[in-house]
Amino acid sequence: MENEGDQVIKKFMYMNRKAPYGTIYALESLEVVLIAAAFDQDVSLVCADDGVYQLMKGQNTDDIGMKNFSPTYSALGDYDIKKIYIEKESLEERGLSLDDLQDLKYEDEDDDWAEKDSIHLVSREELAQVIDEQDVVFSF
Amino acid sequence: MKFGILVNEGPYTHQASDSAYQFAKAAIEKGHEIFRVFFYHDGVNNGTALAVPPQDDRHIPNQWSELAKEHEVDLVLCVAAAQRRGMLDEDEAKRNGKSANNVAEGFRISGLGQLIEAGIQADRLVVFGD
Amino acid sequence: MSMLHTVNKSPFERNALDSCIRLAKAGSAILLTEDGVVGAMKNTNYSKTISDAMSNIKFYVLGPDLKARGLSEDNIVDGITVVDYAGFVDLTTEHETVQSWL
Repeated sequence: MENEGDQVIKKFMYMNRKAPYGTIYALESLEVVLIAAAFDQDVSLVCADDGVYQLMKGQNTDDIGMKNFSPTYSALGDYDIKKIYIEKESLEERGLSLDDLQDLKYEDEDDDWAEKDSIHLVSREELAQVIDEQDVVFSF
Repeated sequence: MKFGILVNEGPYTHQASDSAYQFAKAAIEKGHEIFRVFFYHDGVNNGTALAVPPQDDRHIPNQWSELAKEHEVDLVLCVAAAQRRGMLDEDEAKRNGKSANNVAEGFRISGLGQLIEAGIQADRLVVFGD
Repeated sequence: MSMLHTVNKSPFERNALDSCIRLAKAGSAILLTEDGVVGAMKNTNYSKTISDAMSNIKFYVLGPDLKARGLSEDNIVDGITVVDYAGFVDLTTEHETVQSWL
């Protein structure tokens, strides 16, 4: 936790462990994250277990009658959400690699708006460390 | 200590709402404050005024209403989740041209910002869901 | 201060307990609640997972959820502490952050 003037900045983590469409959790979690961006907290998004499927490229919901909300993830960078952690082991267990996921970027205002990767591929140990540092964990 | 509670599931199907209620009661008994209970996803259905469970079963929405009344607990239903699932207070019903409203006493409808605020203001946020 | 993790799923149905154990840092605590309490029982395919993890994680189980399911406190894996709801509240205050593995 940090204090910036009078304002408390907490480390907020959003834990995503479920695939999209079978349940609404992925979509409504994304809605919270977008709202949270307005509160100037230190936000991290984690995709582990089946949560990695949320970021799959090429999602097409035409034939299931549901809205494809996957394009929204590419807007996260505009909301200044630039810490998206993907657990490497979860990808591997599912026969996936980063190439299967959307390539999410943000523009770094401190570096002449250079485009940088929002996605951080982390090992189990690294993710455990990230989780341990959080002040508030939201899981859906 | 100040607690925020997030309830992600509706009443009766999952134990989440019961667990959250038992936790809230125990926390209050120990002298802690429940700053806010935020109901999200199907959790908004906990706020229905129209539930009529069998007499020998607990009345989950009423339990929450009573807790709110006795201990001034702020019960908030997420507006976006509530609208999707047909939970409307008087204002929302009017605004959307619906003939009825169904939010039980002690609950109010508001935005997701209230959840984030609970995360910021409370010393602990505890999540109950499936 | 360390983190309190809660797991409310049976390890026979979902992977929440596995995921929690693999990502919980040494020194943190895990509280089993709701259907998660079946993970606390002795002589199951998961008992060893819990015993092994106990070397650096402290385990708790919610008594009211055991009792509701007809599971006896006498049959839980050695070293797991039984708590009631008041104890659950205390655990959340004793740890800095609470993470629910839904």
